[in-house]
Amino acid sequence: MSERSTDTFPRLLLHQAAVRPDQPAMREKDLGIWQSWTWGQVCEEVRAFACGLAELGFKRGDNLAIIGDNRPRLYWAMAAAQCLGGVPVPMYQDAVAQELLFVLQDAEIKFAVVEDQEQVDKLLEIKEHCPMLQHILYDEPRGMRHYDQPFLHGLDGVQDLGRTRMRDHPDFIDAEIARGNPDDVAIMLYTSGTTGKPKGVCQTHAAFIVAAQSGVDFDSLGPQDDILSYLPMAWVGDHLFSYGQALVAGFTINCPESGDTVMTDLREIGPTYYFAPPRVFENLLTQVMIRMEDASAIKRGMFHYFMEVARRCGSEILDNRKDVPTGDRLLYALGQLCVYGPLRNVLGMSRIRVAYTAGAAIGPDLFRFYRSIGINLKQLYGSTETCAAVCLQPDGQIKFDSVGKPVPGVEVKIGDKGEVMVKSKAMLKGYYKRPDATAESIDDQGYFHTGDAGFFDEDGHLKIIDRAKDVGKMASGAIYAPNYIANKLKFFSHIKEAVAFGDGRDKVCAFINIDMGAVGNWAERRNIAYSGYTDLAQREEVYQLICECLEKANAELSHDAMLCDSQVHRFLILHKELDPDDDELTRTRKVRRNFVAEKYAVLIDALYQGKASQFIETLVKFEDGRSGNVSADLRIMEVKTFPPQSAKKAA
Amino acid sequence: MSDHRKIGEVILNLEGISLSFGGVKALQNISFNVREHEVRAIIGPNGAGKSSMLNVINGVYHPQEGVITFHGEKRHNMDTHAAAAQGIGRTFQNIALFKGMSVLDNLMTGRNLKMKCNFLQQAMYWGPAQREELLHRKKIEEVIDFLEIEHIRKTPVGRLPYGLQKRVELGRALAAEPSMLLLDEPMAGMNVEEKQDMCRFILDVNDEFGTTIVLIEHDMGVVMDISDRVVVLDYGRKIADGTPDEVKNNRAVIDAYLGVAH
Repeated sequence: MSERSTDTFPRLLLHQAAVRPDQPAMREKDLGIWQSWTWGQVCEEVRAFACGLAELGFKRGDNLAIIGDNRPRLYWAMAAAQCLGGVPVPMYQDAVAQELLFVLQDAEIKFAVVEDQEQVDKLLEIKEHCPMLQHILYDEPRGMRHYDQPFLHGLDGVQDLGRTRMRDHPDFIDAEIARGNPDDVAIMLYTSGTTGKPKGVCQTHAAFIVAAQSGVDFDSLGPQDDILSYLPMAWVGDHLFSYGQALVAGFTINCPESGDTVMTDLREIGPTYYFAPPRVFENLLTQVMIRMEDASAIKRGMFHYFMEVARRCGSEILDNRKDVPTGDRLLYALGQLCVYGPLRNVLGMSRIRVAYTAGAAIGPDLFRFYRSIGINLKQLYGSTETCAAVCLQPDGQIKFDSVGKPVPGVEVKIGDKGEVMVKSKAMLKGYYKRPDATAESIDDQGYFHTGDAGFFDEDGHLKIIDRAKDVGKMASGAIYAPNYIANKLKFFSHIKEAVAFGDGRDKVCAFINIDMGAVGNWAERRNIAYSGYTDLAQREEVYQLICECLEKANAELSHDAMLCDSQVHRFLILHKELDPDDDELTRTRKVRRNFVAEKYAVLIDALYQGKASQFIETLVKFEDGRSGNVSADLRIMEVKTFPPQSAKKAA
Repeated sequence: MSDHRKIGEVILNLEGISLSFGGVKALQNISFNVREHEVRAIIGPNGAGKSSMLNVINGVYHPQEGVITFHGEKRHNMDTHAAAAQGIGRTFQNIALFKGMSVLDNLMTGRNLKMKCNFLQQAMYWGPAQREELLHRKKIEEVIDFLEIEHIRKTPVGRLPYGLQKRVELGRALAAEPSMLLLDEPMAGMNVEEKQDMCRFILDVNDEFGTTIVLIEHDMGVVMDISDRVVVLDYGRKIADGTPDEVKNNRAVIDAYLGVAH
């Protein structure tokens, strides 16, 4: 590890290009055909790119903004910036111009590499507020023909410029790469800003390589592996998997054709290593279930029968447990042939050795489903500040409600208020230009305060319950974990999002967003006509449906000694879906609870005042940037609650 | 954007076109022309004869009177096959796709006129037929990329929402690499977002391929935004012809649309 040839990312790239020059490093589907680049080719492209950047005046210490979907050339841009000792700053491609503006200003961006005309337009819109921004480079020339601003450059031109420079100064780029230092900042990732303005997290080459290496060792990843890179490049998870680990282990990353084709591309590539936030797994399962309901009776019967078998013994067989009865094993083998195998194939998961999920809590049913059909789905826990590597679930020791054991080399302890604290080599150097924030989150002993509340169970597995600052107390003094409740509700396929309230109150109430796909299908089956989300959400039948879900959740909560007071008493279904464009969700789709609470204060009051309905009118932003009004008279419904079950036993 | 396009010579000239169905006079002595690379809109209230006009241009209807000059060649009647072969592509008001076929296959039908191999060769899929198919597929993929419909490549058209079907229809017309594209209400029944997408595609087609566009559209905002010249029909007669601004302020047009006290 400490070898000089592999201690920075550019040197790792040279290393991979030397060790396996002819193996595929990247693939991208273009015009319907998968194009691939070998490690040797990628290395050459990156060198040309870097020289081109240098020719335009990119210097050591400069920051390079990267905005776009996962495209090979945007990954090359990262490596190219690092070759020159610069710092790539990937940003969320679906952010609106104003959101980009903050990061562009904060990171003092001089160069931006963007995907296409759409992103160029966004930057042009805010360029006058970013005096620092000197050059914008674009990957996709389509629609760019009539842009004649001198600071716009196509990537082809930049690489050609670089190739000329490489001919004239053949040693330049290697000398630049050799000047790199493992303790230099390798990447700056902005936090999603659940709490206030985003902060730039600076990670060094050394830190990220340690994080990537430990993941690679943990699951013995190698050059034969394939991964689909489809998650936002600005997210630490994608950076770790598609960039860090790919360079360390030398496996192949595959870029989908477009955001809409991910499912098809997944099937075509059949990755061996897969990473997705719970919501993706959830959507997949919802789709499978919807399609199974449409299938013929025989198929449906077969599916449900074998899923029952899988529920009984699937995950045990995956864990290589010895106590599975032979009869079940035989049935499972038959199911493998008739149901699980074909199903995995349809999901594009036939070849998966290891799949991870992180970023949010995953429902036990959901988690069990994937494991039971033979997909080795595991959870990991980490954050941008810790290179996404704190805890991983080891093979064979999977618990549905924990995030696993600390990765080797990572120390985890629980603080006074239940806060999880982490110390490892794979940790941030600091927040960009925010020494105050850095000092606040890293204490004297070098522990990083994650802000998550959790505890270790008897086997040493970490269990996360909520954000430490969100954990509150109810009027009765009982502990109240809003996200824990929300997650529990979101595990129902009909509920897409839930926002619970109850801090300092005598009971818990909740806002619900229904899942348009699942509930829409459900309504169709029952011949319930509706005109759109707002209409469907307010149907009596839908309220009944959601009410049943909440009752089930309440029944489960009543068994939990700690959280039995958190049962939801009253709820309403919101008239619009919570949306990042309206600032209600972060770009990673986490609910901004305080913002929502303020925006819909009138609804919360109605919930607690015992009203039966409440009128609300809300301004919404459409995708094209215009805005309009949505208004509705929202019903409020009571839910049956249960007396605490375990309290008796405890007492 | 439109400043950069070079609007060229007149390529299509219609002179004194009259068309009637029995006693119904659909078009009466209409003359106008279309210049190369321009976006030409035909507007008018319902029943004004707009679709008939397009049908005359690509030879579905044969006018009783009048002369059509296309690329310098004078003729009394166009014939549909010849029109397509000479580079006039078209989409229809009511979507006319093969609903049971995939998007890819539908687009492939747009290449029909360009296929040189005979039925037997194609059935064998060998040698020249294979090479030709690959070439056509490549063209189709470019259209798919252009219209951003990668995700529905293999979906049967009948399962697609209306807006996407319209886009596929445009794709099929584009697959024939037309020099002139006739669009019959490409944005009818679309929501705002779909309309914006469609506008962008039409302008991009016009801009990138230099395709001349003749379109019928009811959404005045769209017409005024994207067209270079507008011809206005009312009860089979031409009542105005000119730039969007001229047409907008034309008394006869305002009367035709808003009605006038008699």
